[in-house]
Amino acid sequence: MKQKTQASTQQPQDRDHLLGIKATNEVNIIKNGLVDIPMLQLLDEQGKEINKSHSPKLTKTEALKIFQSMTFTRLLDDRMVGAQRQGRISFYLASKGEEGSIVASAAALESQDMIMSQYREQGTLVYRGYTTDQFMNQMFSNKLDPNKGRQMPIHYGDKKLNFMTISSPLGTQIPQAAGYAYGQKMAGQPAITICYFGEGASSEGDFHAGLNMAAVLKCPVIFFCRNNGYAISTPVEEQFAGDGIASRGIGYGVPTIRVDGNDVLAVYAATQEARALALSENCPVLIEAMTYRLAAHSTSDDPSGYRSKDEEARWQLKDPILRFQRYLDLKGWYDEKAMNSYIEKSRDAILVSLKKAEQVAINPLSDIIEDVYDTPPWHLKKQLDELEAHVAKYPDEYPKTAGR
Amino acid sequence: MAKMNLLQAVNNALITVMEKDERAMVFGEDVGHFGGVFRATSNLQQKFGKGRCFNTPLTEQGIIGFANGLASQGATAIAEIQFSDYIFPAFDQIINETAKWRYRSGGQFSCGSLTIRTPYGGGIAGGHYHSQSPEAFFAHIPGMKVVIPRNPKQAKGLLIASIRDDNPVLFMEPKKIYRASVGEVPEDDYELPLGKADVVTTGSDITLLAWGAQVEVIEKAAQMAKKDGISCEIIDLQSILPWDAEAVCQSVYKTGRLLINHEAPLTGGFASEIAATVQQECFLYLEAPIARVCGLDTPYPLAHEKEYMPDHLKTYEAIKRTLDY
Repeated sequence: MKQKTQASTQQPQDRDHLLGIKATNEVNIIKNGLVDIPMLQLLDEQGKEINKSHSPKLTKTEALKIFQSMTFTRLLDDRMVGAQRQGRISFYLASKGEEGSIVASAAALESQDMIMSQYREQGTLVYRGYTTDQFMNQMFSNKLDPNKGRQMPIHYGDKKLNFMTISSPLGTQIPQAAGYAYGQKMAGQPAITICYFGEGASSEGDFHAGLNMAAVLKCPVIFFCRNNGYAISTPVEEQFAGDGIASRGIGYGVPTIRVDGNDVLAVYAATQEARALALSENCPVLIEAMTYRLAAHSTSDDPSGYRSKDEEARWQLKDPILRFQRYLDLKGWYDEKAMNSYIEKSRDAILVSLKKAEQVAINPLSDIIEDVYDTPPWHLKKQLDELEAHVAKYPDEYPKTAGR
Repeated sequence: MAKMNLLQAVNNALITVMEKDERAMVFGEDVGHFGGVFRATSNLQQKFGKGRCFNTPLTEQGIIGFANGLASQGATAIAEIQFSDYIFPAFDQIINETAKWRYRSGGQFSCGSLTIRTPYGGGIAGGHYHSQSPEAFFAHIPGMKVVIPRNPKQAKGLLIASIRDDNPVLFMEPKKIYRASVGEVPEDDYELPLGKADVVTTGSDITLLAWGAQVEVIEKAAQMAKKDGISCEIIDLQSILPWDAEAVCQSVYKTGRLLINHEAPLTGGFASEIAATVQQECFLYLEAPIARVCGLDTPYPLAHEKEYMPDHLKTYEAIKRTLDY
């Protein structure tokens, strides 16, 4: 056969997998790792630049956009936690304390870069211009939600903004981001993928699979780990025994940096550098952002059951919004009056939008079989016919869809 | 037309697709220069380069996770899982990600351009980790399509159709007949429809239904039954999800009897779903209970492989029992 002859003409390569390994005559079990991984810090806790020559070039406009996005995210979070408590939405997940990591990393990207998030990265959407109405329509599962009301609150997705629809299973987006980035590279796009996850999700098999694949297959992707100290209630010392998540990047041959996640300048500088490296070298980069989840994991848990008030108070002092506000102030860019007016306006807009979205109907019943496949196959159509007949028989029992 | 075995037909289908679709990529364990452990991807790397046909690290969940991302980006992703027995680390990625991608995003994103190829089934002395037939697990996942060819010609046409279909497809290849099944295959580009069964032989007394390597088993049993004067209609289901209930029911309306044969264990096997639907649709036409000739509810045995298999003799006996009911 022709194909066989072709294959046999290819000579197998000669390799030596011991190349570069030095020998030793001492029994030396490595106990503490070979590298100490420091944390990049460019702003001190008072918002002062530690070494101005290392600070990223950030214009006033850009800095204010970051600050406003962080502020808006917190306002939205506060209001929606309240809305959940009032029973208006079923679930919410706040990002309080992590806005610095989330918004500053998004700000260092280009709009053509794909964001594959975990679920606490609403700040990236705020930064990219997702509107208050869009947030609300998703959270109220109404018919204006582009995901058609099929997912729990906060599972956003927006093709126009290059924000991949969120899924609940943890860490699944990590190997996916490698694949997405490989596709961008093969299509010759000047774009990368950023993939967010927490230190808890880094225990999932998908983390290891994804980092290794991205390294081996040379995928231009930034793996952005928000190490916020807790996976729901599980503290980091019960999550891993090694040197955080950064040490694993080094193990997989992934260029790695650890940053102070509450320091906007550090996160911005690291992400900007990581993006440039990923794009020019076609490689993954791991960023471990050391931060703290000031909020509960979600509206379904109460942190007082697993951490002390003192601990929370210490981290309140490191609040990334406060620190960046001090930086803006030192720069002479912070206009308190203008900012207060922005906060007032945003609060009102959130409230108006919330009230509007909760009045919008859900999608009609026929939507239940759409998007399972490109077109509904026979068995789904049959099941819909049976369901519609049933709903028509008991319209009072199915008020949201009966008669529509 | 060219004479090919099933592996060569798969290889030919991949080449046919990759020549026309520059965004088509083939990847998995050992599929690169080596051409796959069964040689299904022979020469693809040499022909299309390392960027489009490449080895992956040994991680099934990673392969399918990567494939999901690649497909959602718009590429034509063709992933290989070396043995379907090893697909389970990727179960989460397939169930929760691949299959729900379009639905959860309201149609904004999808993994429609993903095809997962995997060899399945017994008869190769592979024991319980190289012989399983896990199609029923995947038939339970809304959003997936599951396709199984029985011979080289079907393999090429169905694989090309699976790759081009705008839905994720699990394409399961009967490895027992990878080399044993040889036939004439059109050299040009052609597709066979998904979701459609193929009536291989018409008959009047009983409908015999199988897929993949078991089609030749029921054909053999039908030959034996013919000597007893029993006329069997033979149907290859080809698509497990969505499956062609109409074709099966039309046949049963005519014959009044149905026998389903699959290698996978009896309990919860896909025959159960078919039997339930057929008794619903054809209740008054049935002359006898629906017969299932399947694997035992044990792990796939090595030493007792021959005894375990739902072979032509077990099928023949079930045909006679059904006719004598």
